Amino acid sequence: MTANTATRLSRRSFLSGSALVVAFSLSSRAFGQLAGGGEGGAGPAVVAPTLPGSLKSSPILDAWIRIDADGEVTVFTGKVELGQGIRTALIQVAAEELDVPPSVVHLVTADTARTPDEGLTAGSHSMQDSGSAIRNAAANVRMLLVREAARTLDVEPAGIDTDGKGNLTAPDGWTLGYGPAAAALSLHVEAVANAPLRDPARYRTMGTSLRRVDIPGKLTGAPAYLQDMRLPGMLHARVLRGPSFGTRFQSSDIAAISSLPGVVKVVRQGDFLAVVAEREWTAITALRKFQDAPFVRTAPPLPSGDVAATLKALPSRDIAILDTANATAPATLTVRASYSRPWLNHGSIGPSCALARFEDGVMTVWTHSQGTFDVRRVVAELVGLPAEKVHAIHVEGSGCYGQNGADDVAADAALIALDMPGRPIRLQWMREQEFGWEPLGPGMLTELEASLDAENRIVSWKHEVWSNPHNNRPVGAGGVIAGGEIATPFPVPEGKPIPMPEGDGSRNSNPLYDLPNMRVTYHFLKDMPLRVSALRSLGAHLNVFSIECMFDELARAGGVDPLDLRLAHMRDERAKAVMTTMADRFGWAGRPRGDGIRGSGMGFARYKNLGAYCAVAMEVEIDRETGRVAVLRAVAAVDSGQAVSPDGIRNQIEGAIIQSLSWTSREEMTFSPDRRTSFDWSAYPILRFEDMPGAIEVHVLDQPGLPFLGTAEAAQGPTAAAFANAIADAAGIRLRDMPLSPERIKAALGAI
Amino acid sequence: MTITLNVNGAERRIDAEPATPLLYALRDDLGLNGAKYGCGLGQCGACTVQLDGKAVFSCLLPVAALEGRRITTVEGLRTLDKPGVLQQAFETEQAAQCGYCIAGMIMRAQALLDRNPSPTETEIRAHMQPNLCRCGTHMRILRAVRRAADMMSGKLASLEGGQ
Repeated sequence: MTANTATRLSRRSFLSGSALVVAFSLSSRAFGQLAGGGEGGAGPAVVAPTLPGSLKSSPILDAWIRIDADGEVTVFTGKVELGQGIRTALIQVAAEELDVPPSVVHLVTADTARTPDEGLTAGSHSMQDSGSAIRNAAANVRMLLVREAARTLDVEPAGIDTDGKGNLTAPDGWTLGYGPAAAALSLHVEAVANAPLRDPARYRTMGTSLRRVDIPGKLTGAPAYLQDMRLPGMLHARVLRGPSFGTRFQSSDIAAISSLPGVVKVVRQGDFLAVVAEREWTAITALRKFQDAPFVRTAPPLPSGDVAATLKALPSRDIAILDTANATAPATLTVRASYSRPWLNHGSIGPSCALARFEDGVMTVWTHSQGTFDVRRVVAELVGLPAEKVHAIHVEGSGCYGQNGADDVAADAALIALDMPGRPIRLQWMREQEFGWEPLGPGMLTELEASLDAENRIVSWKHEVWSNPHNNRPVGAGGVIAGGEIATPFPVPEGKPIPMPEGDGSRNSNPLYDLPNMRVTYHFLKDMPLRVSALRSLGAHLNVFSIECMFDELARAGGVDPLDLRLAHMRDERAKAVMTTMADRFGWAGRPRGDGIRGSGMGFARYKNLGAYCAVAMEVEIDRETGRVAVLRAVAAVDSGQAVSPDGIRNQIEGAIIQSLSWTSREEMTFSPDRRTSFDWSAYPILRFEDMPGAIEVHVLDQPGLPFLGTAEAAQGPTAAAFANAIADAAGIRLRDMPLSPERIKAALGAI
Repeated sequence: MTITLNVNGAERRIDAEPATPLLYALRDDLGLNGAKYGCGLGQCGACTVQLDGKAVFSCLLPVAALEGRRITTVEGLRTLDKPGVLQQAFETEQAAQCGYCIAGMIMRAQALLDRNPSPTETEIRAHMQPNLCRCGTHMRILRAVRRAADMMSGKLASLEGGQ
């Protein structure tokens, strides 16, 4: 493709000293997208719109890369490790374009005092935002080093090469380390857009599956998580809250809790209450005593109807996503269907945690939030400090799949620390607090209608989606729980939709397929009956599920193969390649077909129509007595553009398949009018080992030199659809409302 | 009260309330990070350690009941520069995403391999059932346990060769 060619040409053009510079093409596709996928605050201002990725907002090279006299390289990113392996991938990108071994690259992740602000680590944007920035910043630095060496030797830059070990070399055997070369120049200069990128044919690090740098420590008990941090003089805190968001305990005997042995203080700020103790177990014991009191509801009752009834009763702002008109043959067959998803919990295995210390007028907060810079904004407003007096530092926490309690707990910890100057405060939420108080993934509803003509061409496509906002990321004190509890509370900001092409509830409601007469409408519901925010893939989970189930429903009605129907309506060659690769590896042509027990199904999407392409097929076997579905095997193909770490991509897709299977087949946050009733793993079951597929294969279609495409959320929708389609194929039952649970499958089977 | 615990082969004295669960003694008194707080209810396995060779939830065990018992955490499976077989197998298979559950996974798997060095796939899955992973690393964890079993039984001479 053109970008590949252009990249190579630009390098050659530059190295030959020619004035001809071929326009750098990697940025064009990403231009116009929002840092962090449009979640969180507005993000930093764009000051250099022609530069790639986050160089747009932070164009000065030494904001990204510094090289010390020994040739050690420090790379700064505003993105954070969430368990997705981004630390290792960004090290690979920097190492490749600097042409140094990855072992000399030290990566600093989001820290408000040290790194660029790149908005949130969300929306599968880290490779596009930060990977592109670091790639091009590194190429700029290497270009400057080469020029410096050329100046020293008084030769043309084309006469200088690098050896992959951190040395500049000349054909006569002359070498100079990056350290001394860097000492002679300033990296405090603005990046240029056309610094030569390395030729993909000569890659040493990108495209190899470098072992993750963080894994050894995690296997041996090294302090790898925020939860493992211990600061001198640290105290342990627990917040004293009702059983779920929108409740508080009626009356609490604060004096009794304060007087428990080992309790240092009960911090009270309006309705915000926390107990602080020398020992963690003491704080937990005090919390348990506090929880003996009856609770009251402080917010309107939780909804009692099903998802569809609840959402349709809310006032809607209708947003037209697509409205096209084309002349077609007459429709001969029409299928209408409605699909839904309940409210889901993020379910991080480690409940959210934060450390905070207020000392010498400065509040320092260690957080595993996806938005380190937003934590600074939130905390500054909450505790009444100027932003420059709040220092937020990212430290990895337990796996993160969207807005869990991380932001809330960081605000909680800061509020406690403010009351106890000089003492570091460690606060971890309890399991039931994470289930009860975190923002949920929104419940959603879709209604689709599509028609085929006599030749099995789709002639019309209608898709309506009802959803609350998925982006309630806190950017001020009103966005966190504590902001509503303090004596002078901050108002909760009104939720807003994320505009397309990223979208939120509308994400991936615009089919990538080449379809005529499309009407896609987003019924945006700003009033939120439950506290909700971003969950991995946002609306794409249900929208892709709906589109891909509808394709199978049409294929079945029209008597055509589901893969053929998709390929016949797809023009994007990379999308076709992903689907056919999946089909070849799965053995689609000879797949087990519905015999009442066994069957196969597929799903496809390009995430946001901008990110990675992903197709998933699976073979299932249904136990008709119990309704349980065994996934015998799943096969995925993914095109993430230039693959930096193929195994990293496989790991993310494998994980996304399993997590989406869990969401789709089992999960549902339950609630009664007065509180959430899923408060532990028995009331909110997720898949366990005995539920796992027999095998999962992921095939990565590498695209050397092409732009990075976000991967982490690409499989959520295709997996959900493949599961439903395989069940429909196996047993002729079409389940459209998640969870596609054994109970519902058994009930559907019974009705045959 | 003062309690003596045998942790990773060493006698360790701690001063704790008798009802304190072992998890907090390990993390807060002994500075060991391997066992993690996940639920405090024995439902997720992030806190799994070995007690006299059996995998247990450290979040449920009061320290007062543990004097004279042999406690092993993930830190006890290796020497300084020689990781245990399971740790090597997890590294080779890159069997972690966030990794918060992994120390517990390793401790549960170790208890299986200690008594059954050649478990079947079904036995491994059944044995690992109590431990939750949310990132969806299960297939790699299963591969790592099989790899460790193969390494221990001599079927796999080399530690390398994972994908």
